[in-house]
Amino acid sequence: MKIAVLALQGAFVEHEAVLRQLGHTPFEVRKLEDWNQPKDGLILPGGESTTMMRLLKDEGLFEPIRQEILAGLPVMGTCAGMILLAKGRLECMDIEVLRNAYGRQLGSFNTVGRVDEVGEDVLMTFIRAPYIQSYQESVRPLAVVDGRTVAARQGNRIACSFHPELTDDTRWHRYFLRICETKDKQ
Amino acid sequence: MKQDRQQLNRQLAQMLKGGVIMDVTTPEQARIAEEAGACAVMALERIPADIRAAGGVSRMSDPKMIRGIQEAVTIPVMAKCRIGHFVEAQILEAIEIDYIDESEVLSPADDVYHIDKRQFKVPFVCGARDLGEALRRINEGATMIRTKGEPGTGDVVQAVRHMRKMQSEIRRVQSMSEDELYEAAKQLQVPYDLVLEVHRNGKLPVVNFAAGGVATPADAALMMQLGAEGVFVGSGIFKSGNPKKRAAAIVQAVTNYRDAKLIAQLSEDLGEAMVGINPQEIKLIMEERGK
Repeated sequence: MKIAVLALQGAFVEHEAVLRQLGHTPFEVRKLEDWNQPKDGLILPGGESTTMMRLLKDEGLFEPIRQEILAGLPVMGTCAGMILLAKGRLECMDIEVLRNAYGRQLGSFNTVGRVDEVGEDVLMTFIRAPYIQSYQESVRPLAVVDGRTVAARQGNRIACSFHPELTDDTRWHRYFLRICETKDKQ
Repeated sequence: MKQDRQQLNRQLAQMLKGGVIMDVTTPEQARIAEEAGACAVMALERIPADIRAAGGVSRMSDPKMIRGIQEAVTIPVMAKCRIGHFVEAQILEAIEIDYIDESEVLSPADDVYHIDKRQFKVPFVCGARDLGEALRRINEGATMIRTKGEPGTGDVVQAVRHMRKMQSEIRRVQSMSEDELYEAAKQLQVPYDLVLEVHRNGKLPVVNFAAGGVATPADAALMMQLGAEGVFVGSGIFKSGNPKKRAAAIVQAVTNYRDAKLIAQLSEDLGEAMVGINPQEIKLIMEERGK
């Protein structure tokens, strides 16, 4: 499948490497003409969400991306990507996200836990991470760490606070790719 | 546990890739930088150009001033300590800075030893002019590298020289046979394991940014095309005619560093760039500090 990866800033190369490893074809999106290609899904990577918001608007990508997600394009957001999907940004998921929820870099950590629909013992890397403060009924929480929701799904849209692209565990990406494969059947 | 921390600190640098880190001296400047799309800010009392002009001993900034900037923005905040001054680093760790720059821009506190950065939980970025310097800093625990360039000059020539040298040395190590790496490690004055990692991956083990003398969107794109993974801009923004516009233009140029048409547009009407000093006019060579 062809998967668009937002490449404005941050750790987009890491996602592309996972997609290639799983036999799929990523392409980078920096401007409108990149975006206007056929695609089966979109990944919003980690990085700085304020930087990406500014560039989404400067490049005229904000509305086109938002409209295509709302029309059903499968999307996955990690860390800053989750912030972009939340209320107050692209508003594609009915979630409220708290930025830098664990504090500064000294608060960054690794943990292992269960992610519903993905599996047990998933290594989760949190880097100046956000978490989901509240969500509407349309949203299904997928993972909870220390009482905080750190992963969720709403239809074809999934988001997580942690960084699956930084670990060797490809289950989260494969979960997303299954959503991309079946999108037309839903 | 320590291993874990090093890994997390390297990973924070990965999140900064493709971004611009801007020097700021006030909360107001920090907000302008964030608004323009900076992926982090470097909090310091005086930007390098003014440190040059002022002369004298230059030290870590007032923690109160740094805290003011931490409160003003939500993006990561970095700050500089003197080379070898581990107590300044302890202070910066105590105020929970996101990244410490053990920097040649300040007056070195130790002319032999760098900080043993593995003793800290907080991450460090260090300057380097070539592969040997970069790997020595990584061995001491740096989790991000930047070129030294020649700070505060508005002249990109040294940053270009350092980036080219690093990249060509990486390519050389990459093309060696494995039994030649022992000799390469000896010549570079670095541990064999780090040389082996460069040989296998064809890149530094940590993220590598450009710094020193970047003043225009074209300078920033030049450094990206030469292999930088992101750019520090020091004096170039707030010493120029229109900081807000120039900052945003440099951010866009780093994202679209191969798009000459766009960079042409971004370079229009930016107002005056910082004046700059040529190498032969420089009295204080900062890049010579800390090898």
